[in-house]
Amino acid sequence: MSAKRERAVLVLPVGERDHVQGPANAAVTLVEYGDFECPHCRRAYPIVKEVQERMGARLRFVFRNFPLTELHLHAQHAAEAAEAAGAQGKFWEMHDRLFERQFALEDEHLIEYARELELDAARLARELAAHTYKAKVRDDFMSGVRSGVNGTPTFFINNVRHDQAWDVEALLTALEGVSEGVR
Amino acid sequence: MTETMSRLAGGPLASGTEAPDFTLHSTPDQAVSLRDFRGRPVILAFYPADWSPVCGDQMALYNEILPEFQRYRAELLGISVDGAWCHLAFAQHRRLHFPLLADFEPKGAVARRYGVYRDGDGTTERALFVIDGGGIVRWSYVSPIGVNPGADGILRALESLATERA
Repeated sequence: MSAKRERAVLVLPVGERDHVQGPANAAVTLVEYGDFECPHCRRAYPIVKEVQERMGARLRFVFRNFPLTELHLHAQHAAEAAEAAGAQGKFWEMHDRLFERQFALEDEHLIEYARELELDAARLARELAAHTYKAKVRDDFMSGVRSGVNGTPTFFINNVRHDQAWDVEALLTALEGVSEGVR
Repeated sequence: MTETMSRLAGGPLASGTEAPDFTLHSTPDQAVSLRDFRGRPVILAFYPADWSPVCGDQMALYNEILPEFQRYRAELLGISVDGAWCHLAFAQHRRLHFPLLADFEPKGAVARRYGVYRDGDGTTERALFVIDGGGIVRWSYVSPIGVNPGADGILRALESLATERA
């Protein structure tokens, strides 16, 4: 069989292991596979924020790690730092901080951000050194590979890969379209 | 026969077809032949050009996933019509850890034999082939030219090859 493939779909459903913003019963779920050192993800960051604002409780947003570590030398540690912050209840604060300070992602910066976010910075430093969240990040990554993630950022809207543009209007149109269908 | 048919149909070589052997430069002074990899699965990834202006492009993605391919003992070969010197610079720049083959002279000859040359554009399709250890195409896929196909299809194909053998 030569392959005509249907659209790529998310193989790992959103669940307990995920970092989630928005209600579980939202009409639409947007999943982003991203890399904290990727300039395109940096560009997507305020776009997603605006889309979240405009859709409010109708949207659930999930971020999963997809660090391209051969290309972005700081991406793996940045992802682990976000997970470490998540273990202390501040994943999203760190997620935002990392994108806003994408130009400074050395370990010392990551630890400094932990301090600024009033996390236990020593614990975060230890967990980075011990690669405590390496497996979690790899699981995110492999779930992305299996789902047809083909670069960063890759978005999935209600489990289907979004192959179109992802400026605010394009994303909103796609999300609203799905949301209408659900209602 | 299948080969002739699918070539007449203008599409990529289909599953079950014998993969045409080739020898192409991987660096200015080294060449790689498909037959070198007999006994192991080979992934042929045709792509339009080095230096596409996105990060996390197709080759960078495969570079990250190499350990997964290696679990199946599979060899990944990237192929485009770019020359060996261009490949060398590109591979160094992106820190790629697999060979990029130059389908450069005569231009696109291998791509044509696999049914994935784009006349007019002068490049190849974004086409994937998984070839088994016996040199038979077991899976092929052509992605819309602007869409990076990712790696999920390749991994599924390798998995089903491995299941068969087991």
